[in-house]
Amino acid sequence: MSLAELDNPAQWDIYHFDAVIVGAGGAGLRSALQLAQSDQNVAVVSKVFPTRSHTVAAQGGINAALGNLSEDNWHWHMYDTIKGSDYLGDQDAIEFMCREAAEIVRELEHFGVPFSRTDAGTIYQRPFGGQSQRFGKSQATRTCAAADRTGHAILHTLYQQNLKAGTTFFNEAFAVDLVKDAQGEVAGLVILDIARGKVQLLRARSVVLATGGACQLFETNTNAKINTGDGLAMVLRAGLPLQDMEFWQFHPTGVAGKGMLLSEAARGEGGVLRNAEGRAFMVDYAPNVKDLASRDVVARAIAVEVKEGRGCGPNKDHVLLDLTHLDAEVIKQRLPGIRDIALTFLGLDMCDSPVPVYPTAHYMMGGIPTDFHGRVLTQSVQGEATPVAGLYAIGECACVSVHGANRLGGNSLLDIVVFGRAAARHLQAALAGPNTRTQADSPLDLAPIQQRLAHWQQAVSDEARSEDSVAAIRRDLQAAMQQDCGVFRTEETLTQLCASLAALQARLKKVSLQDASAAFNLERLEAMELENLMTLATATAYSALARKESRGAHSRMDYPDRDDQAWLKHSLYFLQDHRLTYKPVNLTPLTVDGFEPKARVY
Amino acid sequence: MQFSIYRYQPESHDEPYMQSFELADDRINDDTMLLGALEMLREQDPTLTFRSSCKEGVCGSDGMNVNGQNVLSCITQVKSLPAPVVIRPMPGLPVIRDLVIDMDLFYRHYESVDPYLQPTQPNQTIDLDHELLQSPQERERLDGSYECILCGCCATSCPSFWWNPDQFHGPAALLAARRFVIDSRDITTRDRLEKLDDVYKTFRCRNIQNCTASCPKGLNPSQAINELKSLMLKKQVD
Repeated sequence: MSLAELDNPAQWDIYHFDAVIVGAGGAGLRSALQLAQSDQNVAVVSKVFPTRSHTVAAQGGINAALGNLSEDNWHWHMYDTIKGSDYLGDQDAIEFMCREAAEIVRELEHFGVPFSRTDAGTIYQRPFGGQSQRFGKSQATRTCAAADRTGHAILHTLYQQNLKAGTTFFNEAFAVDLVKDAQGEVAGLVILDIARGKVQLLRARSVVLATGGACQLFETNTNAKINTGDGLAMVLRAGLPLQDMEFWQFHPTGVAGKGMLLSEAARGEGGVLRNAEGRAFMVDYAPNVKDLASRDVVARAIAVEVKEGRGCGPNKDHVLLDLTHLDAEVIKQRLPGIRDIALTFLGLDMCDSPVPVYPTAHYMMGGIPTDFHGRVLTQSVQGEATPVAGLYAIGECACVSVHGANRLGGNSLLDIVVFGRAAARHLQAALAGPNTRTQADSPLDLAPIQQRLAHWQQAVSDEARSEDSVAAIRRDLQAAMQQDCGVFRTEETLTQLCASLAALQARLKKVSLQDASAAFNLERLEAMELENLMTLATATAYSALARKESRGAHSRMDYPDRDDQAWLKHSLYFLQDHRLTYKPVNLTPLTVDGFEPKARVY
Repeated sequence: MQFSIYRYQPESHDEPYMQSFELADDRINDDTMLLGALEMLREQDPTLTFRSSCKEGVCGSDGMNVNGQNVLSCITQVKSLPAPVVIRPMPGLPVIRDLVIDMDLFYRHYESVDPYLQPTQPNQTIDLDHELLQSPQERERLDGSYECILCGCCATSCPSFWWNPDQFHGPAALLAARRFVIDSRDITTRDRLEKLDDVYKTFRCRNIQNCTASCPKGLNPSQAINELKSLMLKKQVD
């Protein structure tokens, strides 16, 4: 197929489904499994072969109050999650997630996940940051683990179950944009088959977005190359809002200077952080739980140690994660994956050497606003949350919000399976009813998608080739985000960031491509991914500039305190004119009393 | 440092060819991985095409043949490689473009070994109030099998797989098969062994052990295949 046909719908392959799931990480696959088992006509679209989705890299584990090693219950888990969220999490959704946790982890075990085991033969659990017994009284042991490869174990198992269920996959297909019908309702999706360079139109009554996070926005990050927030940007382009985009989690222990993740499990199993003086400094920031404080607290502590000159190494730019006092057998058994990472990327064996770490961009708490059935929400003119017909979002790309301003370790794998299943159940019921929405032959509004495809095929030009490149713009974007929107932000850095982003946006509009082929054209793919990242950077910068307080992972040096009076509310960002509106936090759980915001001490 | 890289662009070239690239030595540090070097080369020539994603050896996207050995580029240090570094797609499967191969056949073999736990009879519902118990010793037997990342380094270095790619399951699929055969929670062991007991599917393995030598995760498919064979033998004797 020649390039001139990319934007011509007459050349597109057309498919019809009841529902299309975009993304084959843990959320997408859990959702797909539910729907495939109920005999719905469902397809999963994935940018990579499913087991290469980034859930595969999750290490430490999945939280559930099983109580296999010490007493536990879901209500304590709920409290910890709300406190961890710095009270920005919605308490109805958090109760829902924590109550589902034990059953859904047992379900994963029955699906085949090779969890590590206790001597009693039950699922092994380890302590993680921010978790407690009796509402903050003592450390809980709640994170269910398959060594330190829990994400790999869960993702492969869910893919295997989908093979058994006969799920339809479109692998190595890039989701270009949502398709709306003439009434403006969601009617499907346009995708690009990467290997063949062919455009396909998937018509569907419902679309489930499960496209994961977007930490490729930052220079040092734990994320995969594929984590470019494609579904999030699609939502913004569809005129819908993104919620709480100022909240990005910096994981305290990334390999310094490189960013790869060294799991919180390292501290859960007894590892400690030390500064240049050899001092285990977390006691100065979290006197009770020390190294097992929430991630935002530990990340800030490391950044402060380095800023105040107590960093390690010739450039005093990192701290050390020290496991050398642990039994080497424990490290080899419980933490083999991160030991491998340190050996490969640092040449250091954690059994006998501390390793250099520094906070690294890891996870987005914000995303596509949904309720706890996974239904995407927008805001009416009257300011009410209203569901968008036919559109769901689950996993890291969604903002339910169960993580609020800071996610607890072990809650992400839980989030993806709980809401993956919940959304599928809601969708199952919706699909069982009569179709009052878009029909297989409704006229579609394809013009915006055609324009976008046309732009990137015409960008290939031998004559007027720019000096600039997609790779250079992406590098500059990541540097700007890292510098002006990292662990600490101020009015000044964020204002500067907004200006930098406008300049980068202008460069992206003009850049040309050198690759003219249809088959596996990575340059075009990266250009469209960069468009997505750019859109999300702008959403982040404007949301962060507006929030004049410090809460969870959003630390404004010019507004160091949390301000519940003014800011106990979710941000909603719309692409048009960078408009921001707000919506209240849910403080009313489903069956128990709400937890009132309190000062957060660990 | 000199690189010689296999190029194949089906739309503009009928035949594949090798292309030379050069990277300034001062851009290569002790800890530069081959993936990082390839990304620098892509800045010289954005049409150079290869798969990659996680950058840390867990997603299994970036298998390629480097100086004759199948490796993951993201965990291979450039300085460990003698120059010129000759990079080709992993052998034995069709090339889509440059270093990107079509792995469909590899995936189909994986699917054909029923790679999912079957702890209950087909019509029995699972009991979500209880975990299936498994002792630490039973669980330990899964170590070395479940960690596979389906990168394909093993199968595409296996002469038996090159020769009978449509009939021999290959090391990755058989490693997965072994994982479910020995999982104490699975009740279909006999059926699994019967299905695998085939002159091509399993017994085309000739113990060449390229699979084990090339596994970037340090797994041992060769041993797993031998274990399957001896379990089949035991089943015959029982």
